[in-house]
Amino acid sequence: MTQLFKPELVCPAGTPAGLRTAVDAGADAVYCGFQGPTNARNFPGLNFTVAEMAGAVSYAHDHGAKVLAAINSFPTAGRTELWKEAIDEAVSIGVDAVIVADIGMTQYLSKAHPGQRIHLSVQAGASSPEAINFYCRRFDIKRVVLPRILTVAEIKQVHDEIGCEIEAFVFGNIGMMAEGRCALTNYVTGQSTNMDGVCSPASHVHYEEDEDRNLKTRLGEFAIDCIACGEHAGYPTICKGRYNVSHKQEYYAFEEPVSLNLTRLLPDLMRAGVTALKIEGRQRSRAYVKAVVSAFRQAVDAYSEGGEPDISNLLALTEGSRETQGAFRSKTWR
Amino acid sequence: MTPQLTLGPVLYNWAPEHWRDFYFQVADEAPVDTVFLGEVVCSKRAALFDPYLEEVVARLENAGKKLVFSTLAEVTSTIDRRLVERVAASDEFFIEANDASALSYLDGRPHAIGPYMNVYNEDSLDFFAGNGARSICLPPEMPASGIAAMGRQAAELGLDLEVQVYGRIPLALSARCYHARAHDRTKDSCQFVCDKDPDGMVLNTLEGRAFLAVNGIQTQSYTCLNLANELDELGAFGISRFRVSPQSTGTVAVTKSFHALLNKELSPAEASAKLCEIGLDVPFSNGFYHQQSGFEWHA
Amino acid sequence: MRPTLPAMITHRPLSGKARLDDAGARGFARLAPPIPLFALQPLLGHIVTTIAGRHPELIARLGDNCRKRFLIDPHNLPFFLLLQPDPDRPRLKAYGRARDIEHDVHISGTFLTLLRMIDGQSDSDALFFNRDLTITGDTEAVVALRNALDNMDVTLADDVAACFGPLSRPVRAVIDLTFKFASPKP
Repeated sequence: MTQLFKPELVCPAGTPAGLRTAVDAGADAVYCGFQGPTNARNFPGLNFTVAEMAGAVSYAHDHGAKVLAAINSFPTAGRTELWKEAIDEAVSIGVDAVIVADIGMTQYLSKAHPGQRIHLSVQAGASSPEAINFYCRRFDIKRVVLPRILTVAEIKQVHDEIGCEIEAFVFGNIGMMAEGRCALTNYVTGQSTNMDGVCSPASHVHYEEDEDRNLKTRLGEFAIDCIACGEHAGYPTICKGRYNVSHKQEYYAFEEPVSLNLTRLLPDLMRAGVTALKIEGRQRSRAYVKAVVSAFRQAVDAYSEGGEPDISNLLALTEGSRETQGAFRSKTWR
Repeated sequence: MTPQLTLGPVLYNWAPEHWRDFYFQVADEAPVDTVFLGEVVCSKRAALFDPYLEEVVARLENAGKKLVFSTLAEVTSTIDRRLVERVAASDEFFIEANDASALSYLDGRPHAIGPYMNVYNEDSLDFFAGNGARSICLPPEMPASGIAAMGRQAAELGLDLEVQVYGRIPLALSARCYHARAHDRTKDSCQFVCDKDPDGMVLNTLEGRAFLAVNGIQTQSYTCLNLANELDELGAFGISRFRVSPQSTGTVAVTKSFHALLNKELSPAEASAKLCEIGLDVPFSNGFYHQQSGFEWHA
Repeated sequence: MRPTLPAMITHRPLSGKARLDDAGARGFARLAPPIPLFALQPLLGHIVTTIAGRHPELIARLGDNCRKRFLIDPHNLPFFLLLQPDPDRPRLKAYGRARDIEHDVHISGTFLTLLRMIDGQSDSDALFFNRDLTITGDTEAVVALRNALDNMDVTLADDVAACFGPLSRPVRAVIDLTFKFASPKP
């Protein structure tokens, strides 16, 4: 096998300890967000204060890693100040890039902080070369995080036609809806994924286990799944639930509770010209971050040196639960 | 600022003849100022309506309707990209952009911004106004407080703001076609199975509660948005355009009720009673407006 | 033998009572040797006070959830633990299984699963997906607790061991041995 361009490994951090874990395990860059609604993982007990983010940047920089600040939710009219403050803080702390989705905030960032490196969040839903190039022209974005809806062939095509770097998801929980374009949570809970940064907020998730260990998952008033005893559970999201339609009963209308694992497609992605490989999971534990990041570090290093890594470690990370290559392998997934 | 009633694009895969007849009836009877045409959900469907497009355009124009062509909301495949180019690059029509792909063809040209574009705040209004937008349809999940703040900014920028007031609420888009999936097909081999459900395919929870409606790659509310009670307040916020999203039954009658409501010929309660009678036979919702769960109804 | 879960609490999300009139759990409690709970209480109190004092950042991450009552239910032990990590009045108390205990959230699993969770050795999402861990009640409080615990560089097991004073090293060794000899999925 020939040598491949070595992509950057971009890893999640939900807490300062999580960030140190990711850096120590070999992350080239770590993405994280402030506490509150300014980013798309606004979960209880998660994320960074300004001081913690500053500490994180020092730690990462001391160890040769970058910090990417996700400020990638959509402020509702009347409360943009909080997002602008977050952008200002992130820039003054010295993060390596700010990840934004809202077009108004992207404009603010590019005008208020010219020269600051901008990454276009997956939440912006820019999936075509035309869309991405529009953002490149207007805001000089340096990188786009591609939605998890493209095949590797389409990613290659996008790469050949755009003027910025590509970051692509390779591992983790896979949402079924196009990012930044889903109001299902808000429809059921009154809290918005785009405006508040929450998806299936824990405050509205309730598990009901009966005597036979069948587990009913409820989001707000709606039963979104019933998991039989012995069956694996998944994230309690609407898009991973089971429903009935007139001609079909108890089926996963959107997707089964699988997680994305593109280990086998890594060389293809590297050949397609992807600059950065992204691992999902800011809400996951340090144990997960450590295991996934170390395994990907080894695999990416081996591939880029022309070797054939042992990928059994990576495949084992989703062992017991089901995995998918999602939209990436072929169009038949659609 | 005279309030205007608009008719959003048909979001479903109706039989082409039915689609044509629907627009003929709109041309003849519906008291709407603007009609949005064009395929927003699935590029594969667009060709089905092409044979009747010219007739429909002529009939609507003769009736004095302002026509706007809406672009595809999600753009991934080559066919998607071609469709957006075909619509957005044509200078024959006024365009409503639903995705940034379309914007790249509209630089500097006057256009509209559709509800799929995620325009949530004053800064975004500012950007789009500077980019040539004349009117913007707000995302359906926007609460009253946000709409009010948007109204103030839009007035300064000279932008028209539009809000959907009736019809199933578009909630999500995906790369995968859930109609095809429900029939054990894929998007490429779908055989247009979405034509079975002219108002979407209803998903019920395992407890039997009607929950969502699937429309190809789009997921919609099961409930039907009805902002008859909120219309006055929307007007006070500076919203000048009110969008009715077509359903398979009673849509023209629905536009008549909203028209009467705008002209104070009906009270909100009377209008809602009429909508209940003539429109889609599902519960109303207005929760998003009241910053509650979207499916809820506040009378 | 694995005791069946008590019929639980599930319909009251914010506050519930665990009722231990379930035959399986009671049966197990009868089989287990009697534990003098009163002897445990001072040690538990010392543990939670020590942890709350040493880790203000843990409490800060919990936010308002620090006032929630977490009922920790190790299936194979004859008692429950009730945790309230309120910095003003931290509480950790053992209760016999024959009582109703007011709580906001119920976390149950085998003792080893629960120990792995607080020791940061396992991904608690994975434990939950595999159904090793069961959570009912106030899900937000659990998620906050999980995330707060995950931000700790030292593990709680070290703190617990430290509470044993001169015995801290042997206690830590016992915890480590427990992990070492336990199969990955009990």
